[in-house]
Amino acid sequence: MPTVGVKRDLLFKALGRTYTDEEFDELCFEFGLELDEITSEKEIISREQGDSKASGASDTILYKIDVPANRYDLLCLEGLVRGLQVFKNTLEAPRYRRVSPSSGEPQKLVITKETAAVRPHAVAAVLRNITFTQERYDSFIELQEKLHQNICRKRSLVAIGTHDLDTISGPFTYTAKPPGDISFKPLNQTKEYTATQLMSLYKTDSHLRHYLHIIEDKPVYPVIYDSNGIVLSMPPIINGDHSKITLKTKNVFIECTATDVTKAKIVLDMMVTMFSEYCSQPFTKEKLSSEFINRKVGINESTEKIAQLLTRMCLLSQATGVGDEIEVEIPPTRSDIIHACDIMEDAAMAYGFNNIPRTTPRTYTVANQVPGFSSACLMCCSQEDIAEKLAKKISETKAVHISNPKTAEFQVARTTLLPGLLKTIAANRKMPLPLKLFEISDVVLKDETKDVGARNSRRFCAVYYNKSPGFEVIHGLLDRTMQLLEVKSVRGDGYHIQAADDSTFFPGRCAEIFVRGKSVGRLGVLHPDVINRFELTMPCSALEMDIEPFL
Amino acid sequence: MADTGVVETLLRLIEKVDDGVDSLEVAASLGVDHQVIVGAVKSLQALGDIISAELRSSKHWELTEEGTEIAEQGSHEARVFSSIPLEGLAQSELMKLSFGKIGFSKAMSNKWIRVDKSHEGGPRIFKTVESIDDQVREKLLLVKKANTAQLEEKEKNELKKRKLLSEVTVKSYWISKGISFSTTITKQETELTPEMVANGSWKEKKFKPYNFEAMGVAPDCGHLHPLMKVRTQFRQIFLEMGFTEMPTNNFIESSFWNFDSLFQPQQHPARDQHDTFFLSDPALAHEFPQDYLERVKKVHSEGGFGSQGYKYDWKIEEAQKNILRTHTTAVSARMLYKLAQQKFTPVKYFSIDRVFRNETLDATHLAEFHQIEGVVADYGLTLGDLMGILHQFFTKLGLKKWVEVGNSGVFRPEMLLPMGLPEDVSVIAWGLSLERPTMIKYGINNIRELVGHKVNLQMVYDSPICRLES
Repeated sequence: MPTVGVKRDLLFKALGRTYTDEEFDELCFEFGLELDEITSEKEIISREQGDSKASGASDTILYKIDVPANRYDLLCLEGLVRGLQVFKNTLEAPRYRRVSPSSGEPQKLVITKETAAVRPHAVAAVLRNITFTQERYDSFIELQEKLHQNICRKRSLVAIGTHDLDTISGPFTYTAKPPGDISFKPLNQTKEYTATQLMSLYKTDSHLRHYLHIIEDKPVYPVIYDSNGIVLSMPPIINGDHSKITLKTKNVFIECTATDVTKAKIVLDMMVTMFSEYCSQPFTKEKLSSEFINRKVGINESTEKIAQLLTRMCLLSQATGVGDEIEVEIPPTRSDIIHACDIMEDAAMAYGFNNIPRTTPRTYTVANQVPGFSSACLMCCSQEDIAEKLAKKISETKAVHISNPKTAEFQVARTTLLPGLLKTIAANRKMPLPLKLFEISDVVLKDETKDVGARNSRRFCAVYYNKSPGFEVIHGLLDRTMQLLEVKSVRGDGYHIQAADDSTFFPGRCAEIFVRGKSVGRLGVLHPDVINRFELTMPCSALEMDIEPFL
Repeated sequence: MADTGVVETLLRLIEKVDDGVDSLEVAASLGVDHQVIVGAVKSLQALGDIISAELRSSKHWELTEEGTEIAEQGSHEARVFSSIPLEGLAQSELMKLSFGKIGFSKAMSNKWIRVDKSHEGGPRIFKTVESIDDQVREKLLLVKKANTAQLEEKEKNELKKRKLLSEVTVKSYWISKGISFSTTITKQETELTPEMVANGSWKEKKFKPYNFEAMGVAPDCGHLHPLMKVRTQFRQIFLEMGFTEMPTNNFIESSFWNFDSLFQPQQHPARDQHDTFFLSDPALAHEFPQDYLERVKKVHSEGGFGSQGYKYDWKIEEAQKNILRTHTTAVSARMLYKLAQQKFTPVKYFSIDRVFRNETLDATHLAEFHQIEGVVADYGLTLGDLMGILHQFFTKLGLKKWVEVGNSGVFRPEMLLPMGLPEDVSVIAWGLSLERPTMIKYGINNIRELVGHKVNLQMVYDSPICRLES
């Protein structure tokens, strides 16, 4: 879940009252949020970098609030406050309207076909007569950053650029040009650079270097100009210095360039609605019945009451008077509403989850178990563990390989239980001897007959580690296991063992296990090389068999 | 039992005196090693209060190895002195001798020798006196003969500095009569034997007292891992509530079943490289129910079934990617799809099995863990029903603050309707991890001590029966 950090006192000021931490925690809970942490800038720096670095940092109390991942309208102070106030009935649900400029034509953003090669889509909007304070400015920048990290998928899907409209003049052009042909003074720099130079310049920038790859290797880079050839921005990397926003800015030009046009529109809506009372897109309407809501939630409220509940969630609703029909206005801030069930969820939240009576479903069912049980060794291990260390070749193992392991410990899914048990013994050498471990669990093997190309296989593995190898102990365990599984100790109809060669085991001390004529596994004294490779020092005997036939 | 001869001799010695005897003196007078006396003392102590033995420690001086060498052969400086003939000795020659270096400087400071630096052929050493007194050797010989008292403290410390003497702590016993002193010793039995039972000889024997403070012998038995014990407990709860176990024996899953069928969009962060383990081999799944796949594609990209959908380009290549499953909900999806292909009947399913997340590892997070999942599918289920079931489940567990332990919800119509489930069927589900409650129950702070090869086997041996009441 994304976390939003807001200054507590600013928050309370905007809400019009103060809360104790407990009261605010409860309010969050009712609204579907979680007050994750109460801290301050000083505390954060102290925790991450040490007390000495923290001196001089701000003591102002910060609330860190977890918001649901698809609620982009709650990612900044303004959105949070608006949502909470409407929920508490201290504010009417806002209606967003698009407004034409008082004089002249609306601004234009012209998109040329060259952008198709690199970043095809763009949308734009204008915010007029805005007044920035330091807090609002910070909030504005912070929201862009939050959106960039979340829905924009680190600027790869959508990138936001904001500009002081009074420093530039339209119509604006969004095009794409070879990097050598783009030249401008970027934000916070003192001279002009070409785009190629900027790519090298920002390679060492701790913030920007993560975004270079999005356009770096393309033949053309995206760029936005105004009618005088001034560069507004080179998305998704950096804005131009010329059009940067200051506290004095009164009119803002917002552009969102993107590879996903739906997301670009959502992002633009968020930027605009959060910071204005004006709207850029009309709202959409949905119709549903109060019976639907009552039935799904498990309550019994009147149509009017349900309309009220929804309105508290910023979903302006009214009973139409036709049966139990309700008309709901979905504002552009609520892109998470894509099905009637989302509206139902908001109704439930407004009603209060704790107020919904708990009922028991009248489903009558009879229970069934799946036989078997498993143990706690890890599934993944290194390639070496299942091959070289056991004196086997990796190509013979039918192992499933992982493509993005973080460490060598996750290269393959295990094909045998033996390495896990041997590693456990190695980590527990101080325990008194003998060490006797077993595991009944799944391994993973490639299998072309399955739809995913692999299957699980239930195995039983036991290891005996002591001053003497104890083959007879392991053998005895096999006999006892077979006895419990009701398999007789006879060739043919039951089980038997016979000598076998296996590089994992000591020569002459290995046997293959046959059940009803089919080989199911091996047992024996481990080869000293294997013992050494797993960093063990005592003799060791082991048994591993496939128990799928017995399930 | 120590040599009875020594024991009896010792007892007789103690009988003769009023106060007691020192074990070292006894050893010396009997001509035996001190340890023999110590052995006798210990045997007597085991029999009861026959003697009273007080441990004493005393220090005395002993020669070091070097000291012993000097006592025998003379100090380095004396040997230097005696190795210089009348005509003197070249310094270089002297230095070749083993005692040369140390002996030279000492002999010089004693003024026993002198050096003529301007001698032709190199610096040459000459005696300055005719004879000397090897005082160091004499002192060491005194110590050797145990006449240390004749040396002054200062002299002893000086020799100690030269590492020729060392002070040794010797432990000895001061042995005196005990409460039940007697010169005859009756042997105490440790245990009843079959012969004693048969012939009644136990009536005449004395038995060693038991030490009830010691622990008993641990019974030899096998042990189950605590995770398995907690797992069994959860299974029990589900079975009692009428839930059927789902077959979850497929760790490898396709992105289609793990994400797409659950209406998780293809650009969702959870499908990222850093949250999911993707496979390089086998990299892609190749079989899907085609009609169903088309419906899933449609609801994601265009909408349908009453939904707007996500409005993006849904790609089959993304869905085909094989992964290590990130949740067992993928299995629930397969089960619900199967259910939808026949005539629908209400079901209650559960599973407890392994899932994998490509996360940063720390004290409470592993890349693999066990997920517990419960699913109820029936006509007309409400949110109230979900809360009711959760309440029942967690009440049986006895967990008080249940809110933070797991997740729950109602499956979306975009997931259920493409499968072909009837419109008025709702499916509620919830899940939590197995490791968290196990760690809380058994007081384990670091998950690596619980799972994986670094598991603490001592913890496995020691952990109690699982009763999920608190």
